[in-house]
Amino acid sequence: MIEIENVSRLYGEVAAVSHVSLDVGQSEIAVIVGTSGSGKTTLLRMVNRLVEPSSGTIRINGRDIRDQPAPALRRGIGYALQGHGLFPHRTVAENIATVPALLGWPQTRIRARVDELLSLFHLDPALFRDRMPYELSGGQSQRVGVARALAAEPPVLLMDEPFGALDPIIREKAQDDLAAIQKRYGTTVMLVTHDMDEALRLGTRIGVMDGGRLVQYDRPQAIIAEPATDFVRSLLGAGERALRLLSLTTIEDILEPGDAPGEPVAAALSLRAALSESLWSRRAALPVEKDGRIIGRITRTALEARAAGPL
Amino acid sequence: MSTGLDAPRPMRLPIDTLGATLAVLALAALSLQPLMLLRPNRIAAAQALPFWNALPSGLELAFGSIMTLAALLLVTRVGAKARLAAGVAGLIALGIAIGLSAAHLAPPGNAYARVSPAAGAWVLLFAFALALADALVRMRLSPLGRIAALIVAILVLAGFFASGLWRDLSVLREYASRSDAFSRELRVHAALSVFSLLAAVVIGLPLAIAMRRIAPLRRVLLPALNVLQTVPSMALFGLLIAPLAWVAAQVPGASALGIAGIGVAPAFLALLAYSLLPIVASTITGFEAVPAETREAADAMGMTARQKLVQVELPLALPVILTGVRIVLVQNIGLSVIAGLVGGGGLGVFVFQGISQTAIDLVLLGALPTVAMSFAAAVLLDALIDLTRHQPRGKARASALTSEAP
Repeated sequence: MIEIENVSRLYGEVAAVSHVSLDVGQSEIAVIVGTSGSGKTTLLRMVNRLVEPSSGTIRINGRDIRDQPAPALRRGIGYALQGHGLFPHRTVAENIATVPALLGWPQTRIRARVDELLSLFHLDPALFRDRMPYELSGGQSQRVGVARALAAEPPVLLMDEPFGALDPIIREKAQDDLAAIQKRYGTTVMLVTHDMDEALRLGTRIGVMDGGRLVQYDRPQAIIAEPATDFVRSLLGAGERALRLLSLTTIEDILEPGDAPGEPVAAALSLRAALSESLWSRRAALPVEKDGRIIGRITRTALEARAAGPL
Repeated sequence: MSTGLDAPRPMRLPIDTLGATLAVLALAALSLQPLMLLRPNRIAAAQALPFWNALPSGLELAFGSIMTLAALLLVTRVGAKARLAAGVAGLIALGIAIGLSAAHLAPPGNAYARVSPAAGAWVLLFAFALALADALVRMRLSPLGRIAALIVAILVLAGFFASGLWRDLSVLREYASRSDAFSRELRVHAALSVFSLLAAVVIGLPLAIAMRRIAPLRRVLLPALNVLQTVPSMALFGLLIAPLAWVAAQVPGASALGIAGIGVAPAFLALLAYSLLPIVASTITGFEAVPAETREAADAMGMTARQKLVQVELPLALPVILTGVRIVLVQNIGLSVIAGLVGGGGLGVFVFQGISQTAIDLVLLGALPTVAMSFAAAVLLDALIDLTRHQPRGKARASALTSEAP
């Protein structure tokens, strides 16, 4: 879907992004992680030509992004930025309608789409449609910002630290919302963050950038199991790798037949939570329930095997 | 038991500080200063009359008590509406008293005698007008409410003129003998002020937008406009006479367009020159105040440069640009007086005639409408600025904090 081929961006002598190549497949969530100054935001901004590459090619759906004027390109790409960037002089509805209005959608279609998105983001349209951005909380602004990015049903969504300004509880909620909505529309997402937890939580592919270079680009499991450099290892936090690995999988994936004593755990829980419960309640095996029914069990031995690194 | 930690509670007198000051001022003016001046002719020495000698018998007591009561009301800690009532009562009583005194004092059949308000009347006007303005501020009127208040004030003033109550005042005697000239110069004055402003906006707005993009243009023009602003107004009006006279003589068709060394052209150009800096500076400031992330969002949504300018930057910069427009309009209404000096017309004509004839009433005929126009323009544009502000001051996030959705 997004093909980045040997792209560099120079500012004078300094390369902010240096020879980066990566592909983001249809409906994937590619999360680019890096410290500030690693070039991750520059890389993202080159995809919708907010920054022009010094060399290299970027294609979306096989088409070179330089084939059309930048404004036309950008109307087909959703963009959500840190601190949401809502237009302070426009209502929530007008903000969300920005791209549809630029594309010349009829009013009735715009209105229906705005209400649909507001409901999707748990904002009552009757209550929020006519609010001004200054009347929103941080979490609400952020949701409106993502809704605006999705308004014209773009096949590609770019997100620049979209959850950076949120407090931890609201951030988790927003991440879940994004995952659900991405699933629903099948949007291809490229997201930039400095937070490895966020990357592991959301990404189907994770790219790690350091000093303008893409040092690793792989599935989350592979990133945890085989970090390519010490820098990737330090981002993962050496002491937490086993638990991080467990947090990527749900109980359902390693369910075994049989039963076990005590309170059951939900099948949708992560292995990390299951291990925690197993340790806390001093049980070697836990019954697993789904839809109110015991469907099998999970053992600590199996959990330990999943958490182990390569020999 | 009182401990050492108990801070002594400050004494709260049931007195309003500003109101008390104004009341003292008003009462002093009422009792110590003359209300009216009577002169046998326009330039003769005046006889000063306190209100008890100026008003027809029977009315002085009523006037004195109304003014005293209104002043005393201001002293106490009453609400904004009571202050408004005191201010309005004081001003209307003053207006009526001045009119009645003039009719009473003017010798019948004598066209040369002049009756005019004296220091006491002006101080009373000042004190109660300030009390009125203070009451309106305390009432926290909405922008439209302030415009409505302005319209009411204009209607009341028009009512006084229409009633003929002030007919015998010296300023209106001057007006009566040159009413045609007055309405002509008033129109010229307003046109000079407004059209020089419009020209400054038409030139300054694109100039400022260009200056934001082209750094060298900015480096050269902004200091130049700054220097222009420091040239004394009299000098600038005068300095333009020679070059414009030269243009009129040398450029074919220039004089047919009304360009001449003296007259409207130098006045208009000088006003335009003074207007440019505030317009350009406020436009640049307004654009700079647009947050970078808002600009970036506009780009990222796929707006073209023109769409970004019209849909995002201009609306967000508008309140600041209008602040510049307000400064320019008020400044131009005042500066247009000087146009009278270079033959450009306007109310300055009466001011300078009055100065040369030492006829203070004639000066006032030019000056008072100028002050009134400046004041009205300021109120109107302040209201407009508030209307274009997208985020009420101080209200930001207040409602957000009380309406966090689950």
